[in-house]
Amino acid sequence: MFGNDNMNDKVIDVHDLVKKFGSFVANDNLNFEVYKGEIFGFLGANGAGKTTAIRILSGLSRPTSGEVKVAGFDAYKQTELIKKNIGYMCQKFSLYEDLTVKENIMLYGGIYGMKLALIKKRISELLERLSFQEYENSIISDLPLGLRQKLAFSVAVLHEPKIVFLDEPTGGVDPITRRQFWEMIYETAARGITVFVTTHYMDEAEYCDRISIMSEGKIVALDTPLALKKRYETETVEEVFIKIARPLKN
Amino acid sequence: MKRFIGFVKKEFLHIFRDYRTLIILFGIPVAQILIFGFAVSTDIKNAGVAFLDLSKDEMTLKLSDKIISSGFFKKTDNLVNYNDIDKVFKTGKTKAVIVFEENFGSNLLKKGKANLSIIADGSEPNVATLVTNYAMAIINDFSRELNRPATNNSILIQPEVKMLYNPNLKSYFMFVPGVITLILILICALMTSVTITREKEFGTMEVLLVSPLKPVQIILGKVTPYFLLSFINVILILVLSWLVFGLPVKGSITLLLLESMLYILMSLSLGILISTVSKTMQQAIFISFIGLMLPTILLSGFIFPIENMPKIYDYVSMILPPRYFIVIIKSIMIKGTGFYYVWKETIILVLMTIVFIGISIKKFKIRLD
Repeated sequence: MFGNDNMNDKVIDVHDLVKKFGSFVANDNLNFEVYKGEIFGFLGANGAGKTTAIRILSGLSRPTSGEVKVAGFDAYKQTELIKKNIGYMCQKFSLYEDLTVKENIMLYGGIYGMKLALIKKRISELLERLSFQEYENSIISDLPLGLRQKLAFSVAVLHEPKIVFLDEPTGGVDPITRRQFWEMIYETAARGITVFVTTHYMDEAEYCDRISIMSEGKIVALDTPLALKKRYETETVEEVFIKIARPLKN
Repeated sequence: MKRFIGFVKKEFLHIFRDYRTLIILFGIPVAQILIFGFAVSTDIKNAGVAFLDLSKDEMTLKLSDKIISSGFFKKTDNLVNYNDIDKVFKTGKTKAVIVFEENFGSNLLKKGKANLSIIADGSEPNVATLVTNYAMAIINDFSRELNRPATNNSILIQPEVKMLYNPNLKSYFMFVPGVITLILILICALMTSVTITREKEFGTMEVLLVSPLKPVQIILGKVTPYFLLSFINVILILVLSWLVFGLPVKGSITLLLLESMLYILMSLSLGILISTVSKTMQQAIFISFIGLMLPTILLSGFIFPIENMPKIYDYVSMILPPRYFIVIIKSIMIKGTGFYYVWKETIILVLMTIVFIGISIKKFKIRLD
């Protein structure tokens, strides 16, 4: 949970965000804020517009209209600065399978402009934290899935960004590994790095500080899991989701 | 049995739904027949012939006329002296030069024999052989007609055949430039398109795009190793062919290397373009191979001369970059021409490169938004 003194530290500030593709409105007047150190869950049915929104937040695409600030930078004109200050991990794995653990970390460290000495320091910290030391020179494809995912996450936050975007990071992984992964997420958030995560696992939604649910291009719910369960009178976030999120019309 | 049939049905559906298997099953055989039927020809049509007539008498004019009116040749030039021969071959329009010695006609009538030379462009051995044979046949026919009134074959025209640039008519003169052309475009276009689509397929492209790396840096970074390695490849092939076949570069090596760099650049940008339209590596490989390798081998003038093909193949080959580079590399390597003779092809390659890069950038921008 984030402390009250972080309340005013907005890392994502979105007002009336609209994204249109031709006449199709993918994001329809989105309004939300994410604060420093929060674990923010971004949920929604397939086709609801989540990916579109994330692409805008990560500087990959420009909004059609509305104000969007990420890490304090404008999503229209300062996408380069946004990219320097965020981390990203997608479901399909961000690490190169034919490179070693060390080579991958060196690559991303370099891309994010970290000095060599700093990269080396972080490598050993990271390996120690994950108890990975013997894997330093292992080729990624030789490692088990759970290990790879934890590693990918560590690489995504290697440069201590302000926010890290996680796109369904725990897909296909066993429950024990998922739990370990979420412990890493907690640690990261406690360090002040905001975690913006999308997931289809409703139990993971319960772990978030706040969640938003998108449906048909709009945000239909935005609050803490507890508050949402109370409002919709359900036991689980999953039931809230089923109640208010509508699948793509055929 | 029913199970079996159900399974066979599924296999048919796979085949018909995937355009690639349809192309392989039907498109390629049809294309092969059409191409091989027309491209591989043992006939010549309108082959350019120039005359160096040192006699200019009735005989030479009659023989020249006979050659031109045969339908196999068309006259490109009347040369004045021996220096013109090299020049006229360098333009590429002339395939053979007929040289009549001085006093050809009087020698023939008084001494019973006269000399002429057939000098062919040896840089294209296939064409040279054909052209020479056809010319000889026409000349022999001419001899026979002259002899008809007499009962003994007392008149003899002795043609001396010379293959310029390639005296022993070695086929590797044709193959080495062709192989360089083929390998460069294949490696550069294929490898570049594969490495870019590989990132797309494995999802690492998204991560790169979100990183501080600018798209142009990503593309350049992908392309640079292949540029360097291909360049080394060219040098390697040239050195090898010199050591193994004794094939030197007749013209300026600097010009050859510069043109090769241009061609490599063009092939790399073609690879980038292919990657913008391919979603998977498999697609990229398919397009590069079927779309590039086969047409290059068959239609670019690598083995089968374009002049002997029906006009429509000529037009098709105009969009193939290798067609132009083969002309450039053969001219420089084997005929020793300078930039003056290859500037047209060079400009075309430059334009193609610009077009490929332009379209790729446009497609990339669309994707980003």
